[in-house]
Amino acid sequence: MTGVPSPAPPPEPARAPGPGPGTRPGPGADTPSPAGTGTPAPAPRAATAVPRTEVRGSLRDGEDGGRVRWLAKWRAPRAGRGNAMHAGAWWVWALGMATAASRTTNVLLLALVVAVAGYVVAARRTDAPWARSYGAFLRLGMAVLAIRVVFAVVLGSPIPGTHVVLTLPEVPLPHWAQGVRIGGRVTAEGLVFALRDGMKLATLLVCVGAANALANPARLLKSLPGALYEAGVAVVVAMTFAPHLVADVARLRAARRLRGREDRGVRALLQVGLPVLEGALERSVALAAAMDARGYGRTAQVPAGVRRATAALTLGGLLGVCAGTYALLSASGGRYGLPVLLIGLAAAMAGLRLGGRRSVRTRYRPDRWGARAWLVAGSGAAVAGLMIAATGYDPAALDPPAFPLTAPTLPLWPAAGLLLGLLPAFVAPAPAPASSARTSSGPGQPGPASGPASSAPAKEAVR
Amino acid sequence: MIRFEDVTVTYEGATEPAVRGVGLDIPEGELCLVVGPSGVGKSTLLGAVSGLVPHFTGGLLRGRVTVAGRDTRTHRPRELADVVGTVGQDPLSHFVTDTVEDELAYGMESLGVAPDTMRRRVEETLDLLGLAELRDRPIASLSGGQQQRVAIGSVLTVHPKVLVLDEPTSALDPGAAEEVLAVLQRLVHDLGTTVLMAEHRLERVVQYADQVVLLSAPGEPPVVGTPAEMMAVSPVHPPVVGLGRLAGWSPLPLSVRDARRRAGALRERLAACTPPAAAAVDATDPSSAGSGNGPEPLVRAERLAVRRGRAEVLRGVDLTVRAGETVALMGRNGAGKSTLLSTLVGLHAPAAGTVEVGGAVPHRTRPAALVRRVGLVPQEPRDLLYADTVAAECTAADRDAGAAPGSCRALVAGLLPGVPDDAHPRDLSEGQRLALALAVVLTARPPVLLLDEPTRGLDYAAKSRLVAHLRGLAAAGHAIVLATHDVELAADLADRVVILADGEVVADGPAAEVVLSSPAFAPQVAKILAPAPWLTVGQVARALEAVS
Repeated sequence: MTGVPSPAPPPEPARAPGPGPGTRPGPGADTPSPAGTGTPAPAPRAATAVPRTEVRGSLRDGEDGGRVRWLAKWRAPRAGRGNAMHAGAWWVWALGMATAASRTTNVLLLALVVAVAGYVVAARRTDAPWARSYGAFLRLGMAVLAIRVVFAVVLGSPIPGTHVVLTLPEVPLPHWAQGVRIGGRVTAEGLVFALRDGMKLATLLVCVGAANALANPARLLKSLPGALYEAGVAVVVAMTFAPHLVADVARLRAARRLRGREDRGVRALLQVGLPVLEGALERSVALAAAMDARGYGRTAQVPAGVRRATAALTLGGLLGVCAGTYALLSASGGRYGLPVLLIGLAAAMAGLRLGGRRSVRTRYRPDRWGARAWLVAGSGAAVAGLMIAATGYDPAALDPPAFPLTAPTLPLWPAAGLLLGLLPAFVAPAPAPASSARTSSGPGQPGPASGPASSAPAKEAVR
Repeated sequence: MIRFEDVTVTYEGATEPAVRGVGLDIPEGELCLVVGPSGVGKSTLLGAVSGLVPHFTGGLLRGRVTVAGRDTRTHRPRELADVVGTVGQDPLSHFVTDTVEDELAYGMESLGVAPDTMRRRVEETLDLLGLAELRDRPIASLSGGQQQRVAIGSVLTVHPKVLVLDEPTSALDPGAAEEVLAVLQRLVHDLGTTVLMAEHRLERVVQYADQVVLLSAPGEPPVVGTPAEMMAVSPVHPPVVGLGRLAGWSPLPLSVRDARRRAGALRERLAACTPPAAAAVDATDPSSAGSGNGPEPLVRAERLAVRRGRAEVLRGVDLTVRAGETVALMGRNGAGKSTLLSTLVGLHAPAAGTVEVGGAVPHRTRPAALVRRVGLVPQEPRDLLYADTVAAECTAADRDAGAAPGSCRALVAGLLPGVPDDAHPRDLSEGQRLALALAVVLTARPPVLLLDEPTRGLDYAAKSRLVAHLRGLAAAGHAIVLATHDVELAADLADRVVILADGEVVADGPAAEVVLSSPAFAPQVAKILAPAPWLTVGQVARALEAVS
């Protein structure tokens, strides 16, 4: 709320505190217009990168001052409802990162993906309930990794290996179970292979977790077309129900203790099952009543012709999509496949569009897909694209063989490509720092800077 | 605006109608209060206005209900959504979205209001209800009073002509309740909204009402009149009315202000008597100063701190409760009252400090052993009840506590006669359910009894029964700690009041002293008869009897 950091000067002047003659970082930062139009090369840059500016400066003279302004303009604003990043952009970015991760088993690259995603989450997540899911996904990833390695140790690995780390006692199995092995030799190669495999899965999970933490799932569903709105509401309601259910379980287990029964163990969990379900049912009935009383499901009068057209278009479109896909995949109908598929898709879209006419709903402040959303989504797409390109270019570096054992090297270009994924940490609107202290520790708490939400602006200031 | 014409509602499977022969006409811009003991059909009456009865609940509605000229028989609730806004008892079950701003917009989205109109109305409503600071907050992180205001705001944005509220303030602390009522009054006065409201805590609302609908017994037709007329005959009434009846004032005062103007003569009559509160203060003063004498403390917490996640819910709390003592824990929603009680039964381990109940450390004691030392009736008594019938619940309680078969059932009968054996705990009234939960807890004979918000949803009759039982228990040597927002209850029952704020004890002393020193926690009688420390109508009545 204080708004202290927002008018901070852009990075360059901050890094060079006034060494050059005629440099006045303060005004140059606060009011960029004179710097932009008047002085051709403002001195702040000179302190660090004189030669480069000289070279570039000869090409496009006078634009460097404009860059300060440009940067100031593009500095991430405080996040609010008005400039909220489109949820879809975060998902595109996260799926791009995940795609990149799925293309490599190089441990260093995977670690880089996790680090990039983690940094973006730390810098840009809010204190909303859904943002807390990131930790859960991280733990899930670790669990997947551990399970994969344990399996490789216990059940052996198909990878041939020469470096035996340890030999477990092997369980003798009958001959019909040939090919299955329990215990036995554990090779370093097998372990490395399992580790990489597990790490890949874990990285995918972390990417999904990042999207979950950064994008409000309810907002994503709000972007659905009108005809699918009711399905979207069902999902939103289900999502808000899950936390209630967890809270109910905790409360009822606590109540068992009040009755003098054990509150731990599986039995305790099972015995509260019925009351929890009862409570959930009652709550959903109450919610349904409230939604009904608030106008959920009001429909507009639509002429019968339009209704029939909607049904026909949607059904026909879906049939077309099926037929087109089949034709594309089978050998015989290659010629008709694509057109049929496209026509089917178009018809289905038109059906959805027409179906939307039945609902009288309007949307309150839909998220806008602005330039920042393009940048965020674009950075994810670029990361994926670069990684896919790199697989063709240098497969060995991305997928180093497990046998023979080699130390992984960090291929320079793919790694540089991955770093593009950091872009959202700079362009997406930054969450307000104070709110984390407020919600987590109550109003009267003078909370010394806590958690990632408040350390993010600090990093920004340093940068 | 709202018209009931000879309305009778009979639910499916019920032999008797829930309400019978209701004829009502509520004009525009009135605040109309529905009053009556629990179970007389107040919620049914409210539900009939929004059309949820019978469209959603089922059952048979005879007669006709019209709202703004629309007949609820032909209009379903969703078609009345633009004229009637309904807020139920539990605001949490009302929310569809997850942030404040979206919630305010939800109703308008369903009605298809144009986007720029929506935007304007959301901003207006944020200001009207003082929610502007909270606009981006997740609803789950708000306090009870804030949630109630969001719930009211979410139906206000569609500009309904009628607002229907079922117990809007019963879960709120006194401050938050005032906030909500101030908003309602503003709506009635400035916007001409018609408000129909049911509420048990009459002391909070009755002075704002223009009209009172009194349902005195199930199935009886309602009586409508001005608040003063109705309070003269109502079986449920706030303390200010009780005092007015006692002193024979006519017309009856409804607010503390009215009553104070009339109370001069009464104050003079009472000047001769010593208020019991003053006597109690004198008596307890030495014992609280040198805490050596008196029985051994049953509950002892020293420098207690409890954390939940990163939040410090309690900090440096000291509390001692002795046998036979009744302590009321007060403070606003979220001050840490419930956490303190749950720490005393070992649901939370202290982060620092010590806690000891009946000689045991609660969180290290096995539940089976702990129930013999301390019992807690949680805020939602239903959490304690698992079985299908009252009888099964009692049998289970006997088994859990290792008590003789039938002891729980005997306790239930003693607390509240007439609880049917084969009823499902869910179908009991609030008062019956509380009695059952209390009996279940008392079966193990714990010397320490903790109650969290025991009077939420209780009418005055159920409340006075509860007070009588708790007095009896205290006299029998139980130590009782109750967390409550109900200042009248605290004044009536407690020997000591402890006020928590932001996880710390900010006041701890004899009830009279603490509640009289703060206007927010003073009961109505004390406000009327100040500066003499009279707390309840009962005290005044006894003193007057002694005088005459």
